[in-house]
Amino acid sequence: MFIARVVGNVWATKKIEVLEKRRLLLVQPMDPKSGKSGGKVMMAVCDKIDAGIGDVVLIMDEGSSAKQVLGTDPRPVRTFVFAIIDQIRTGPDTVQYT
Amino acid sequence: MHPAKVIGHVVASQKDESLLGVRLLLLQPTDWEGNPIDDYVVAADSVGAGYDESVFFVESREAAVAFPAIPPIDAGVVAIIDGVNLDPDYYGR
Repeated sequence: MFIARVVGNVWATKKIEVLEKRRLLLVQPMDPKSGKSGGKVMMAVCDKIDAGIGDVVLIMDEGSSAKQVLGTDPRPVRTFVFAIIDQIRTGPDTVQYT
Repeated sequence: MHPAKVIGHVVASQKDESLLGVRLLLLQPTDWEGNPIDDYVVAADSVGAGYDESVFFVESREAAVAFPAIPPIDAGVVAIIDGVNLDPDYYGR
């Protein structure tokens, strides 16, 4: 899992059925201390969590966990928005995001 | 899931029989702004993507489950991209 910021989204009408009714967000890994996001932009499937652009989220980037959350039958999904992060505490200082 | 541009398709009459009926697309992987990166990829097509369309594909064993026969492939096109929005306020800041 890694911390990322939602930096955009993708819309695609013609797609495989498992992606129907699910949002496709573009996320970029983020440094929790400085809040700066950089590096490779990845696409994450967002199911029940209403994360939007600018939110700081927790991304699950591994096959079987996404399958567990999305449902039992096999799904070609790997990167997944897992949570919206409210606060990160590192040592004495705390960063509030929501 | 990575974005790519369809730049052609691959025809192979001699192939593993589980690949029969699977259309193989030649993809040029791109970044989310459309600039080409990495080398070409051959991916199985499950959404009927055509030439010069931008798609995104899955690159791992999961790609095979998008197909009924679960063929021995490791890359599959799973959607045709209509549009990408990279918010300038947050992207790369």
